[in-house]
Amino acid sequence: MSEETEAKKPAAGKRKLQLDESLLGYKGVWVFVEHERGAIHPVSLELLGEGRKLADMLGVELAGVVMGQPGDTTRSFCHEAFFHGADLCYLVEDPLLTDYRNEPYTKGLTDLVNKYQPEILLLGATTLGRDLAGSVATTLKTGLTADCTELNVDLEARSLLATRPTFGGSLLCTIQTLNYRPQMATVRPRVMAMPERDATRSGRIVEDKLGMVESSIITKVLEFIPDEMQDKPQLPFADIIVSGGRGMKKPENFKLIWDLANVLGAEVGATRPVVQAGWLDLERQVGQSGKTVRPKLYIAAGISGAIQHRVGMDASDVIIAINNDPNAPIFDFAHYGIVGNAMTILPALTEAFKAHLATARKAG
Amino acid sequence: MHIVVCIKQVPDSAQIRVHPVTNTIMRQGVPAIVNPYDLYALEEALRLKDQYGGRVTVLTMGPPMAEAALRKAISYGADDAVLVTDRVFAGSDTLATSYALASAISQISKDMPVDLVFTGKQTIDGDTAQVGPGVAKRLDMQLLTYVSKVRSLDTENDEIVVERRSEGGVQVLKTSTPCLITVLEGNNEMRFATMANMFRASRYPVKIWNKDEAGIEDVTKTGLKGSPTVVSKVFAPTPRAVKAEIIQCESNEPGDLSVTLLAKMFNKHPKLEKEIAKRAV
Ligand SMILES: Cc1cc2nc3c(=O)[nH]c(=O)nc-3n(C[C@H](O)[C@H](O)[C@H](O)COP(=O)(O)OP(=O)(O)OC[C@H]3O[C@@H](n4cnc5c(N)ncnc54)[C@H](O)[C@@H]3O)c2cc1C
Ligand SMILES: Nc1ncnc2c1ncn2[C@@H]1O[C@H](COP(=O)(O)O)[C@@H](O)[C@H]1O
Repeated sequence: MSEETEAKKPAAGKRKLQLDESLLGYKGVWVFVEHERGAIHPVSLELLGEGRKLADMLGVELAGVVMGQPGDTTRSFCHEAFFHGADLCYLVEDPLLTDYRNEPYTKGLTDLVNKYQPEILLLGATTLGRDLAGSVATTLKTGLTADCTELNVDLEARSLLATRPTFGGSLLCTIQTLNYRPQMATVRPRVMAMPERDATRSGRIVEDKLGMVESSIITKVLEFIPDEMQDKPQLPFADIIVSGGRGMKKPENFKLIWDLANVLGAEVGATRPVVQAGWLDLERQVGQSGKTVRPKLYIAAGISGAIQHRVGMDASDVIIAINNDPNAPIFDFAHYGIVGNAMTILPALTEAFKAHLATARKAG
Repeated sequence: MHIVVCIKQVPDSAQIRVHPVTNTIMRQGVPAIVNPYDLYALEEALRLKDQYGGRVTVLTMGPPMAEAALRKAISYGADDAVLVTDRVFAGSDTLATSYALASAISQISKDMPVDLVFTGKQTIDGDTAQVGPGVAKRLDMQLLTYVSKVRSLDTENDEIVVERRSEGGVQVLKTSTPCLITVLEGNNEMRFATMANMFRASRYPVKIWNKDEAGIEDVTKTGLKGSPTVVSKVFAPTPRAVKAEIIQCESNEPGDLSVTLLAKMFNKHPKLEKEIAKRAV
C-alpha cells in the first residue's frame, strides 16, 4: 500500500476500538442488489465480488439484498447474486417497489438492517445507491463512506477500512466507522473487478415484507422517460478507449482520435477541460467527476495525467500515453509512452494498428 | 414561497498541490470558493423566485471565513444569509453536518415557513453527495435527488413536479412540499451579479449563529463526537512501481511504430491482440 503521511493525525487511535455490547450481534456482509428494467446493475455484481473477500476475511456470510416487484425476475436476481458469491439473499417483494422511490426503499432496507443486523452494508455509488445510502445511514444514525476505491478490514477491531480520494483526488484517505453498525460504504461502477460467474452456486432466500400502503407514500412517479441507448456512449464498460485531452488543441483534431477509435472498435473519451470546452459530450468525461473506466486498452493523447483524470482510468489493463512533454505525469503510470506530437503520432499509430491487425487476422 | 439553499465554502481543489517530498497538502494560498455545484442550486432557486415570488435564504455551516461565500450568494440575488459557526462543529462528518444544517433550517422556518430546501449535487472537497439526503431525513421531508428540472410548482396545493435523473432515464416525480431537492447542473448556469446586488452584498448583515442560536439541542450529535466515521489515515496515491516504457520512434512512421510499440505490446499481452483483432473493423 501507499506511504502514510502526516497530513492528518490518525484519530482512530484515540478512540475506543472495543465494540459496545449491543453491537456485537451485528454479523455478516451485505450488498444491496440494484436493478433496473429487468437487469442487475453491474456495480452490484462487482460489489458481491468485493463483499465475498470481506466476508471470507471476517469469517461470515455474504448476503445480497434484493427489493422489487413480485415476480420471477426479482427471484432470478437472487440466483444471479448466488452465482456471483452470495451465500443468501434477503428478498422484499412488493408492487410498491416497482419503481425506485426513496421512501419505500429506505423503509424496506432499514427494516431489514434492524432485523438481521449486518456489520457491513455496501451499495453502488449510482444515482439510486447514493440516494438510498444517504437516507438509510441517516435513518440508522450510522457512518457512511462514499465513493470508496478500496475496501479492507481491520480484523482486530472487525472494522471496515474504506479508502477514498479526498481533496479533489490529490490524496487518499482511509475512513473507519467505529462503534456504529452497520458500517456503510458506496463504490462507483467499474472501480472493483467483476467476479467470475459460477452458475453452480446456490443459496437460501430469506423473504420479508415491506409493510406499507401506497396511500402512505407521498412521492408519486408520474412517468419514466428512458434514455435513448443507441447514441449514449457506454464508456464504463468499453474494452478499448481512445481519449484526448487539451493537448489536442482544437475540436477538429479529435478526428484523429475518432479515426484510431474506429480502427480499434473503441469508445472515445476525454478529459474535463475538453468536455467543458464543449468539444465532446459530458458522457465521455473520464475521471473523478466523470466516468470510471477499466478497459483492456486505454490510449491517452495530449493528456497530462492529472490525478482527477487518473483515478478514473488507473485500473485499465494497458495504458499507452502520447504526450510531447517527457515530464508529463501521465508517464508515471502509463505502461507505454510515446514522447512527441499527437497530431503526427496518432495517424501513424492508426496506420500501424490497421496493418498489424490485418496481418494478425490473416494469421488466424 | 421560501427556499433555503445550502451552500458550502470549499478550497478550489484545482489549485491544491501535494508537496512532492512530504506528501502533505499545501493549503497556503489556495483560494476559497463557493462549491461550484451549489451555484446551480442557487440559480434554480432564484429562477423559481423570479417566477413564483418569495424569498431565498442561503445557509452554510463552516468557519467564520465562510461568510464570504454567503456574501457572494447575496450578490447573485439571495435575500438572506445565515452562517452557522461554532467550535463544537469542528470535525463534522456528513451525519453530524446534516444534524447541524437541519437544526438551523428548523430555526429559519420560525421566521418564515420553509417550502423547499435545495442543495448541490455534491461538494468538491467532501464529494459525498450525502449531506442532502441526510438533511431531508432529519427534517422528515420528502427527498428528491439529482433533479435536473423543476417542471411545475403549485403553491396553492403545496405540490411540485420535477424531473429526476436516474439510472437509464428520467423519472418524473410529483411530491408535496416542504421537500428537499438536490439540484443537478444543466442549463442553470449562475447569472451575473447586478451592481445593485453587489452593493447590497457588501453591506448585508449576515446572520451569524452559534450552536444555541442554530437550535442545537444535543451537542453530542455535532462535530467529532457526532461523527460515526473517523479518518484513520491520509496518504498519497502510490506511483506505479515502474514508469512507462518510453517508445522511441523518431520517424513517427507507421512501420516504425508497428515494431517498436505494437509488436512489443502484443507480445506481452497476446490476449489483447486477439481481442482487438476480433472486434476491430
Ligand atoms: C474537483 C475536480 C474534479 C475534476 N474532475 C476531472 C475529471 O473527472 N476528469 C478529468 O480529466 N479532469 C478532471 N479535473 C481536471 C484535472 O485537474 C485536470 O485539469 C485535467 O485532467 C487536465 O486535462 P488535460 O490533461 O486534457 O489538460 P492539460 O493538463 O492542459 O494537459 C495537456 C497535455 O497535453 C500535452 N500536449 C500539448 N500539446 C501536445 C501535442 N501536440 N501532442 C501531444 N501532447 C501535447 C501537454 O504536454 C500536456 O501534458 C478535475 C478537477 C477538479 C478540481
Ligand atoms: N457545511 C455545509 N454547509 C452548507 N451546506 C452544505 C455543507 N456541506 C454540504 N452541504 C450541502 O450538501 C451538498 C452535498 O454535500 P456533500 O455530501 O459534502 O457532497 C452540497 O452541495 C451542499 O449543498
